Amino acid sequence: MSQITLTGVGKSFGAVQVLRNIDLDIKDGEFAVFVGPSGCGKSTLLRLIAGLDTPTLGDIRIDNADVTRTPAADRGLAMVFQSYALYPHMSVKQNLAFGLENSRMPKAEIEERITEAARMLEIGPYLDRRPGQLSGGQRQRVAIGRAIVRNPVAFLLDEPLSNLDAELRVSMRAELAALHKRLKTTMIYVTHDQIEAMTLADRIVVLRDGRIEQVGAPLELYNKPANRFVAGFIGAPNMNFLPAKVEEPGGEGFFADVLGESRQAVRANAAAVRADQPITLGIRPQHLRLARENEDGVEVEVNLVEALGSETVVHTTAGNGDPVLAVLQGQRPFNAGDRITLGLDPENLHAFDETGLRLQGN
Amino acid sequence: MTRVMTFLTRRRGGKGWHWTDIVTWVWLIGGLVIMFGPAVWLVGSSFKTPAGLAEFPPTILPYATEEVTVEGYDEPLPLFEVTLEDGSTAILAEARRIGLVAQMIDPNDPGEPVPVNINDRSPVRELSFEIDNYTEPFVHFDFLQYLYNSVFVTVMATIITLVVNSMAAFALSKYKFTGRNLVMFLILATLMVPLSVILVPLYSVVSALGLFNSLWGVILPTVATPTGVFLLRQYMLTIPDELIDAARMDKASEWQIYWRIILPLTAPALAVLAIFSVVWRWNDFLWPLIVLSRKELYTLQVGLNVYAGELNVQWHFILAMTVVTMIPVVLVFVFLQRFITTGIAGAGLK
Amino acid sequence: MSAISDIGDKTGAALAASVKWAAGIIDPPLRWLQKKAGFNGMAAFFLAPNMLIFGIFILVPMVINFAYSMTGGGALFLPDRVFVGGDQYGRLLTCSDYSRPITCTEDQFWIAVRNTAIFVVVQVGLMIVLALTTALVLNKSLRARSFWRAVFFFPVLLSPVVVGLIWRWILQRQGLLNYILFQFGIEPTVWLTDRFWAFVAAVGVSIWAHMGFYALILLAGLQAIPKDLYEAAEMDGTRPARVFWRITLPLLGPNLLVVLVLALIRAVQIFDEVFVLTGGGPGTSTLFITQYIYEIGFASVLRNPGLAAAASILMGAVLVVLTLIQLGVGRRKDPKEAAK
Repeated sequence: MSQITLTGVGKSFGAVQVLRNIDLDIKDGEFAVFVGPSGCGKSTLLRLIAGLDTPTLGDIRIDNADVTRTPAADRGLAMVFQSYALYPHMSVKQNLAFGLENSRMPKAEIEERITEAARMLEIGPYLDRRPGQLSGGQRQRVAIGRAIVRNPVAFLLDEPLSNLDAELRVSMRAELAALHKRLKTTMIYVTHDQIEAMTLADRIVVLRDGRIEQVGAPLELYNKPANRFVAGFIGAPNMNFLPAKVEEPGGEGFFADVLGESRQAVRANAAAVRADQPITLGIRPQHLRLARENEDGVEVEVNLVEALGSETVVHTTAGNGDPVLAVLQGQRPFNAGDRITLGLDPENLHAFDETGLRLQGN
Repeated sequence: MTRVMTFLTRRRGGKGWHWTDIVTWVWLIGGLVIMFGPAVWLVGSSFKTPAGLAEFPPTILPYATEEVTVEGYDEPLPLFEVTLEDGSTAILAEARRIGLVAQMIDPNDPGEPVPVNINDRSPVRELSFEIDNYTEPFVHFDFLQYLYNSVFVTVMATIITLVVNSMAAFALSKYKFTGRNLVMFLILATLMVPLSVILVPLYSVVSALGLFNSLWGVILPTVATPTGVFLLRQYMLTIPDELIDAARMDKASEWQIYWRIILPLTAPALAVLAIFSVVWRWNDFLWPLIVLSRKELYTLQVGLNVYAGELNVQWHFILAMTVVTMIPVVLVFVFLQRFITTGIAGAGLK
Repeated sequence: MSAISDIGDKTGAALAASVKWAAGIIDPPLRWLQKKAGFNGMAAFFLAPNMLIFGIFILVPMVINFAYSMTGGGALFLPDRVFVGGDQYGRLLTCSDYSRPITCTEDQFWIAVRNTAIFVVVQVGLMIVLALTTALVLNKSLRARSFWRAVFFFPVLLSPVVVGLIWRWILQRQGLLNYILFQFGIEPTVWLTDRFWAFVAAVGVSIWAHMGFYALILLAGLQAIPKDLYEAAEMDGTRPARVFWRITLPLLGPNLLVVLVLALIRAVQIFDEVFVLTGGGPGTSTLFITQYIYEIGFASVLRNPGLAAAASILMGAVLVVLTLIQLGVGRRKDPKEAAK
């Protein structure tokens, strides 16, 4: 049972405020992923939960017990570090046993837990080796094993896959997901890679500049990003943004003038906007399509065409000079310099106000 | 031997000789003679009898005139190779000598002595190591005590140095606390202030603590070496902080982190510091000279100097004890040279 | 050999076990302390022993040294001493004719200063040339380089007393040197009782004892010079002498400066080996500053700790200046780094 609750948590290093006013509730058994660009404070937030740093403001609770001032050792958590942080002078077995010995567990039980973890992670053959003699993937397993044997109330993982090569990263990702299904323990996972976040998380916490931008299930974030930042951060390739202006209410929302050349219907609460209000329209590259005959689309100039076979990635420039990326299905015979018109569907349009917040009803 | 020489002189590349090659070899061979020669000479001399030491011309290896016991004489007599008047040679013992003429007798047939001009004979000599030079100072002088004092000072000072320096280096490399920069500044500022600049006040501090004429008075002022703290700290900075975080998550106490994680990982730097500390403390001279005024507390260095300063210098004992004093350092040199040279090249230690 | 290493392993294991036991015993009280003091409190605990010893035996003496230098009389402890202001410095520095040490109030001090100055210039100059030559020779592609390096490094580890005694033995009237010279038809000299030759011996012996250390630092510097620079010079057809002056020496510059300052710092403090070799004699011909401080502060009948403290502060000032130069040199960007 482990529910982790953060209330009004802030952290400063000297004059530098790294985290401000974080409120977060991680449910028991949940796989939560903290994601954000580097320097957003996600690792610091994890260290605060771990107890390796103390927050300047606010409090942290685990199962309703205030642990804000409790040392890391007494919070019952286990952590997997980015560099694995295996003790280089100890064998794999000693690495696994170290934490258990420190909590004065009987030798037989230590042995039992190590055997179990070794079986689960298939690191049995390496138990007597030193970390230096293992490959990156094996070290990763040992680091996870060291956390598992502790039987913690929650796992904290700090960019655990970032030191692996691309192929290994994909397979370890799957293993981690399987591990979470089996153990059903709360996991908090920090990454800067939104694909890891999308594939692993029950809930994603997007952070920027020490603030939470949005918390939600992966597809919720993908389909209804709360602001321009989340919209741009989640999903690959990045969302296109086009400047627009509110024209008149109509349809299921209002009409907007895009780049002064195209009129598009936007689904949103028309009462919440005023005429001539500048807004930003976002559309994912995959949602762009070639405009139908006579359809009021956005005309762009093709710069570069990447034919991938099943789809064609078209790099273009809009009338105002902004880049627009389109991923079109199938193979398209475009050349650089061609002018094409792209069609937008209202159900795929994301609309944001001047401050970057999603419009009501969008 | 020639194979050793060809190995040592064989050059990489195998191009022709250049004048710099000749300079190189003159320099190397000259260096070999000048650097090792004196020590070899010392060791050779240390096995000579007082008579052997007074000999001119001197020999590198210790020789002594062979002696035999001859019937009818209480003392053993020295043996000489004598060229007789008929041109033949014989081994005879000298019974006595008056002026240029010695009375020689045949040790196997002690009859009437034969008069022999001393220019017609040369002593029969054999390689002989005068072990008494080594045993006497230990048995009849205080050198065993000096040796003990030196070992005690060296071992204690090194252990304390390693413990307190590594603890301080741990605190200075792995914790953030107010005043850390001040402490680092103090340590750096005193890095180059030698003991010889604070002799007088240090002497009064040591006396005030009742450590005058105590081996601890020699040990304690040397153990908080800024050099050691600095060296160990630089090394510990290379140990990733994540290891310490991991250990904290593993319920290790700070003390356990120090001795189960940090100390084993700092072993190479500790080894370098230990070696240097042993050499430093073994060789210390000025400070022990000031603090120790009672004979039974002298270290080898002080004792040697005092004995060598006496009017009637007994060189055969002094040389032997010099060799004894040299032995630990030579052992360190032979077995641990690699550590020392990396220590010097890396950190400029001395 | 395996038996020895076996014993070594066993004693090592026993040692490790006892250390482990001792460290385990004090863990519980320290855990308690950690609970009370927190992480940063433990930093104070780790720092305490070293800083306590450091404070008592280095910091406090450094500070009260100034107080000593401003007091007079023969009493040992500071409270018993008479304040005399700058009198000790005045006594040290007063001369009626500064070109002749004999006219100074403390003629011994001035003789020691003059001797030390000459010693520093001659010894450091010669030693650096010899150390550089040795480093260049060792940097050639030699077989068994570590053996030859060891040859030159060997005397560095010897204790000053051993060094002094070895050379006293060689330089005595019936010693090895006279014998060798005798082979060449040169009359024996009693080296250490001659004012000039005793000084030469002090310089020579101290070079013998320390040169290897500096050669080692310079060798490390030479080996850090990228090989491709030499290859490029060779491609350009640069003559070896020009390579030395235009590539080797400039790139070795920082190391040479470090060596220069270190050698200066040590030469100013010269004491042990010369004290054993000559005792400062004959007369005052090899009397150097540290020996003067030792004599006046501890050995002479008319001990004057205040005067010794004042002299040591003057020497300390010189060392501080040299150290600052060294730190300044160390901070300058290494041209080798810039070359990369």
